[in-house]
Amino acid sequence: MNLQKKTFPWHIVVFLAPAVIIYSMFSALPLLDTLRLGFYTSNDAGVHSFVGLANYHTILFDSDWSKAFWNAMLNNLKFFAIHMLLQNPIGLLLATLFSLKGLRGARTYRTLIFLPTLLSVVIIGFIWQLILSPLWGVGEGLMQHVGLGDYFAPWLGQETTALVTLGLISVWQYVGIPMMLIYAALLAVPEEILEAAYAEGASSFRIFWQIKLPLILPTLGLVTILTFVANFNAFDLIYSVKGALAGPNYTTDILGTFFYRTFFGYQAQIGSPTMGAAVATLMFLVILMGVATYFYFVQRKLTRYEL
Amino acid sequence: MTSISSLSSTAASTPAPVVARSRFANLGRIWVHVVLCGYAVIALFPIALILINSVKSRDAIFDNPLAFPTPDSFSLIGFEKVLHNTNFMLYFGNSLVVTLGSLALIVLFGAMAGWALSEYKFRGNRLMALYLALGIMIPIRLGTVSILQLVVSLNLINTRTALILVYTAQGLPLAVMILSEFIRQIPKELKDAARCDGVGEFKIFFQIILPLIRPAIATVAVFTMIPAWNDLWFPLILAPSDETKTVTLGVQQFIGQYVTDWNSVLAALSLAVIPILVMYVIFSRQLIRGLTSGAVK
Repeated sequence: MNLQKKTFPWHIVVFLAPAVIIYSMFSALPLLDTLRLGFYTSNDAGVHSFVGLANYHTILFDSDWSKAFWNAMLNNLKFFAIHMLLQNPIGLLLATLFSLKGLRGARTYRTLIFLPTLLSVVIIGFIWQLILSPLWGVGEGLMQHVGLGDYFAPWLGQETTALVTLGLISVWQYVGIPMMLIYAALLAVPEEILEAAYAEGASSFRIFWQIKLPLILPTLGLVTILTFVANFNAFDLIYSVKGALAGPNYTTDILGTFFYRTFFGYQAQIGSPTMGAAVATLMFLVILMGVATYFYFVQRKLTRYEL
Repeated sequence: MTSISSLSSTAASTPAPVVARSRFANLGRIWVHVVLCGYAVIALFPIALILINSVKSRDAIFDNPLAFPTPDSFSLIGFEKVLHNTNFMLYFGNSLVVTLGSLALIVLFGAMAGWALSEYKFRGNRLMALYLALGIMIPIRLGTVSILQLVVSLNLINTRTALILVYTAQGLPLAVMILSEFIRQIPKELKDAARCDGVGEFKIFFQIILPLIRPAIATVAVFTMIPAWNDLWFPLILAPSDETKTVTLGVQQFIGQYVTDWNSVLAALSLAVIPILVMYVIFSRQLIRGLTSGAVK
């Protein structure tokens, strides 16, 4: 009560100011400014002039640009699909196994499987490059051991398989995140409900499908949107394994690498901050649509059980 | 831990007593272990492969990549080369400064803002909280074009300060959310008693609140350190010079340059992995607790 005397509450300002200033200067305002820059073009002297939607028109309708943009977008969707089809179900499976009552060594498994998530994508990318390299022969050797040696191919180098291979590497690295989030949600399922179900004679499978799964649906929604944002913002793995050109022949190009090339240029093409800003804006819109869909349609409609 | 952490982390609280359940047949148990063991091998094999081969001679790396080093094949030549011929230690220092610097700012400013938002009622409180929370979902990377211009105009290009400021901005939203959640659970009596004694708001925050939220700070630390340490994008764009390079960028460029010198490449990869492994061993309990308690909310 006595906080709000007649005097101006300076302490509130002092407590808030550092965080708000740094966040505004280096996150919120640059983001807004990037959205603004997308409407400008710059000449050789670096002078900006307003061009309205011209940059977007170029990206979406100029034949070269739109081909590159939609290629990156499609690849990004595939990249996301791989994560949704593999990473999150595997995470769900592992978390369900960990959370089984009285499972020995659960903590050890959890700790070990989470480890790759902590390492830099640069390192992960290169480790897998070495393993899959025909030069070293580890991957091929392992496949020969199990009699599949003939099926080995330089997957990272082929147009048809490079993107899927990178997707699988990314799944391998990040499976720990959905695993942990889902595990936490499973731990929060009240013991009494499960005990009651067991007492009624329900099987473990039925308990999973009819009790646990519905209760953790909000977490699965959260995992989906986190995967979406992370995938549509991805860059490091492709860049460190395939370089800025996202080869072979742009088959691994995603929005992050497309943005990098547009902004900084590559080979013959000179980079353009304003075109880069336009690409970033399009990425922003994609991510925003995903987040908005999640909040307005998914999270709202999901039944929230009071635990 | 303390009362506060147990209040909030329902997930990490005591596991329910183990009930011997006959319908969970032993056979099923074995399959669970087979699956989990199998997956753990898949998760660890690549990392182990690198660590094992980094201490082997060149011939042994190629002839028998899956074998453990023997006295014959043991060699530290890769590490010697990396440590002598490159600026690895400098890059380590840079990563350390950048990561710890942003961590300190995130924790201090995040706790201050979290305290202001959860403790005081003022106009625009909720709007401010929402404004800060937006950064959790919108990646800061999308503002790169303008961040680069800003950093250039502030004359901070190729400085570690630029990276620290960007990572601080990136980490603050989540930190504010987690810390204000914790601060809300601190009993009112504590603060009221202090206020009755005439203790000022700043003293209350720094001497009563900050020490109490230590468990939450550890959680925030783990969440913010890892992305900062591992980031490639901003070092590549804001601080690519040799004096300011971080380990992640250094390794990325090093392995591109020395791609045929396998001893050095494997040693470089191992050197880049080891700090995180050590950190993980130290913090793993806290990390798991943070992830599980943070996720339930």
